[in-house]
Amino acid sequence: MDPPLPVSTSEPDKDIFSGPRAEPLNNPLSETAAEQLKAVSGASSKAKGDVPVEEAGSEEPDDLFSDPLGESGAELETHTSNAPLLDFSEEPPKSDPIKKAASADDYIKKPQKDIFEESTEDGVKAAAAHVGSVAAEKKVLHTDLFGDGVDDDEDKDDLFKTPPGAMMKKPQASLFRAEPDDIFPEAKTEAKPATKASAKQPNNAPTDLFTEEPFTVMPAARAAVKPAAIPSANTSSKTNGLHSDEEDLFAEATVELSLDSPRNDRRKRDAMKPSEPVPCPSTSTSSSKPQPKKLEELEEEEKEDKFDLNISVTNPEKVGDGMNAYMAYRVSTQTTLSMFRSKQLTVRRRFSDFLGLYEKLSEKHSPNGYIVPPAPEKSILGMTKVKVGKEDLSSDEFVERRRAALERYLQRVVSHPSLLQDPDVREFLEKEELPRAVSTQALSGAGFLKMINKATDAVSKMTIKMNESDVWFEEKLQEVESEDQQLRKLHGMVESLVNHRKELSVNTAVFAKSVAMLGSSEDNTALSRALSQLAEVEDRIEQLHQDQAANDFFIFAELLADYIRLLGAVRACFDQRMKAWQRWQDGQNMLQKKREAEAKLLWANKPEKLQQAKDEIGEWEGRVSQYERDFDRVSATVRKEVMRFEKEKTRDFKKQIIKYLQSLLHSEQQLIKYWEAFLPEAKAIA
Amino acid sequence: PIRHSESVPNVAVNVDLQTDATLQVDISDALSERDKVKFTVHTKSTLPNFKQNEFSVVRQHEEFIWLHDSFVENEDYAGFIIPPAPPRPDFDASREKLQKLGEGEGSMTKEEFTKMKQELEAEYLAIFKKTVAMHEVFLCRVAAHPVLRKDLNFHVFLEYNQDLSVRGKNKKEKLEDFFKNVVKSADGVIVAGVKDVDDFFEHEKTFLLEYHNRVKDASIKSDRMIRSHKSKLHIPFPHLFPHLFPHLFPHLFVRFFLKVSELFEKTRKIEARVAADEDLKLADLLKYYLRESQAAKDLLYRRGRALVDYENANKALDKARAKNKDVLQAETTQQVCCQKFEKISESAKQELIDFKTRRVAAFRKNLVELAELELKHAKGNLQLLQSCLAVLKGDT
Repeated sequence: MDPPLPVSTSEPDKDIFSGPRAEPLNNPLSETAAEQLKAVSGASSKAKGDVPVEEAGSEEPDDLFSDPLGESGAELETHTSNAPLLDFSEEPPKSDPIKKAASADDYIKKPQKDIFEESTEDGVKAAAAHVGSVAAEKKVLHTDLFGDGVDDDEDKDDLFKTPPGAMMKKPQASLFRAEPDDIFPEAKTEAKPATKASAKQPNNAPTDLFTEEPFTVMPAARAAVKPAAIPSANTSSKTNGLHSDEEDLFAEATVELSLDSPRNDRRKRDAMKPSEPVPCPSTSTSSSKPQPKKLEELEEEEKEDKFDLNISVTNPEKVGDGMNAYMAYRVSTQTTLSMFRSKQLTVRRRFSDFLGLYEKLSEKHSPNGYIVPPAPEKSILGMTKVKVGKEDLSSDEFVERRRAALERYLQRVVSHPSLLQDPDVREFLEKEELPRAVSTQALSGAGFLKMINKATDAVSKMTIKMNESDVWFEEKLQEVESEDQQLRKLHGMVESLVNHRKELSVNTAVFAKSVAMLGSSEDNTALSRALSQLAEVEDRIEQLHQDQAANDFFIFAELLADYIRLLGAVRACFDQRMKAWQRWQDGQNMLQKKREAEAKLLWANKPEKLQQAKDEIGEWEGRVSQYERDFDRVSATVRKEVMRFEKEKTRDFKKQIIKYLQSLLHSEQQLIKYWEAFLPEAKAIA
Repeated sequence: PIRHSESVPNVAVNVDLQTDATLQVDISDALSERDKVKFTVHTKSTLPNFKQNEFSVVRQHEEFIWLHDSFVENEDYAGFIIPPAPPRPDFDASREKLQKLGEGEGSMTKEEFTKMKQELEAEYLAIFKKTVAMHEVFLCRVAAHPVLRKDLNFHVFLEYNQDLSVRGKNKKEKLEDFFKNVVKSADGVIVAGVKDVDDFFEHEKTFLLEYHNRVKDASIKSDRMIRSHKSKLHIPFPHLFPHLFPHLFPHLFVRFFLKVSELFEKTRKIEARVAADEDLKLADLLKYYLRESQAAKDLLYRRGRALVDYENANKALDKARAKNKDVLQAETTQQVCCQKFEKISESAKQELIDFKTRRVAAFRKNLVELAELELKHAKGNLQLLQSCLAVLKGDT
């Protein structure tokens, strides 16, 4: 993107990309393997500087993409700019491990084919990613080139016109999972700050990232893309511009893999490096080597607990007295992840600490389109009861309910690959003493969420209706909304089920007592005995009903309640995307104004002011393209997050339903036991 | 109108002590019309006072009540536990629900509507069957009673193939009944306070007073329990699953959730059976013994009353003798009272012993059946859950 940009803005960008970019490529592959890449990157970096803007925009893409996209080549010819993205969306499913070889084959029909044949899921994927981002890039380019809004919009429309279903499920997940991220141990720690930084000053972030991550997927990706792209070195240079786009993808990927055993990975990687010098397509080795491991990982992913981090919240304890009292919980973490300072961590946290964590995470990650799991809601009523210290059933129930909710909350946080990497999360789990979260005192998690929602709602109401460029987002948002309604309905029903069961339990207890009385007044001994046995059976059944009511509640109702709130977070992330879009649109309008001003100056022939106007235009062009990148990045994140959310949701529901059925199963088993014991008593009546 | 023609389900609250082929009565058919139920009473008998060996007549609830009341009012039967009258058929609640359903037809999906309708119809049918069964039990008890089975009214009831033109009681009669009852219960307190000379009756009296109250309580509580069980089943939660899950998981795990919905559907049916069987085996048993113990209490009251009368007659006789006035009349009265009391006591003792035997047998039968049904249903549920879980766990 940078190269095509007009002079004024190209400077900072150039710095960012020209230097570091070459480096990462060179460094890692220091030995022979590097040669090809070096050549490539050299070419590309050179090209970057040189290639005239027009050429880059209009011709190269064709070349670049017509190759890798073997099948969709025809399509490519027609819409040069959007085809790549289309393909990006279609391709990933194919790169599914099983079909990998085949797809790789299809994918690249060039001589380089053999390189990919063994390969490179990551190669392909990275390639796909690249292709996608290249497309995005190109789009920007396009915009810049023609500079008029109309063209732009059209372009955008096309870009996002992915077939709604096609893109989904696997692609994204596997795409990111597959990245060979662990190569960059430092990246793991740095990733977050980098991302953060990138949110604010996107221009710098990429630099950081790439210097920090000596050779990331990029080599592989490049390797995969490059051969195809070689004919047009300069396009590949353009792909560089993309980094800002990819950076969180990589950060993300790092996280994912690190959940397995990062050290192992690294070792493997290290071990593998020396072997890279293998003669010919060195790139292929670099990308194919990690392959077997990738597969294992994929398999592991399939297993529910690939995830080596167990968090439990236990021992709720009242600290202090009166209205200043609060509940403290023991948060225990068990993990083999190297990012933690030990395998067993135990800290005490109070409720507001959890809220504080949520707020920190939400502040940092929401704007980027992440779904930040909401913390449990503050309950003044429930807590007041606890504070007053009434040791009654309802306050016990309240404490248990909250404990369980906090535990689920933390589990959701750490199961999010990006959030797990957040230093605040680690601090929360590790640090002995946390600074008191002050702001949460007045503001509950729910309140906070509501505020966000309100604010964003207001924003979206104020702004002109976003003409949705991507049907996917529109449809998803609708889905989310109807889902929300359905969940609420279901939740209402489960709650009434709980109430009915409680009522049944109470009535059963009452009946049991009554039968016991009847038994005591019965003057036939055997019948009297049988009746008191019946009373006992009913007593136990009462307990079963009670337990089942608790199960209805904790397994089902709470799950639904969690998801109702999570859907709020999902909507918030759509809102964030909208905000990013709005910012971009505003930027474009501003740019338009500046251009008009320039045109006036030209017409009025005032050369003295012209330079300033040009500078301003340049500045705004930079901003606009940054905003657009931000928007694309947020969109990509939202998309990925929503997929992740849906996957988690399905898994959660599945898990909980099985758990629920097991609880029912247990109930029935008990019931059978009770009645079996009763039957001989009944038969003994004489 | 709903027709019930299968043989009455074994609402065997009644356990016949002596099965006697000479007179067998059952309700072979019943027809529910707008505001009445027509029972077809079918009789098989070898007794000479019937014209035929086998015959059927159509009777209504009011006629059953008439028969019952004729027993109660018959002085000769004062020493018997009069079989309790069957409860009045009450379909109002059920009918109302059906009607409401009809009004709400538009607001539901067709599927929901059919489902609800089926459920309400099932509920209606259950009440109907129970009503029929209760009427049958009454007749069976009478037919099994050594004396009552020979009652002329009973024979008319069984054989006369026309309307008995029994009318329901009018307001005045109802009011009279009400006052009678007030007097009776006030009197009952007085009579109950009198210490019985006979230990057997003294014991029965204390037992029945307590037993009746407790069985009444148990009956109310079991009803409440079963009602809450049934109302829990009315939550459309499980059968909405199939509608909800596709919304929640449009692309994923359709099979999984279909399976779960199917399971909930099935277990719900079983649970409905559980509630129905508890109703039949437990609640109805208690309800029946609530009425039967009331009948036994009534017997004790009549005996107690006779005892008080007898004692008063003794006192009157003593007074008459002292004054030597109207001695003969007092003697006759005393004689009559004595005879009456002794006659009641004589049969009452046997009746109460029978009552106990019947009660024990009925409880045994019902509790055994209850336990067996509970086991059957629980095992059915267990199996469903197990096989579903096996499928779900294998289905990743």
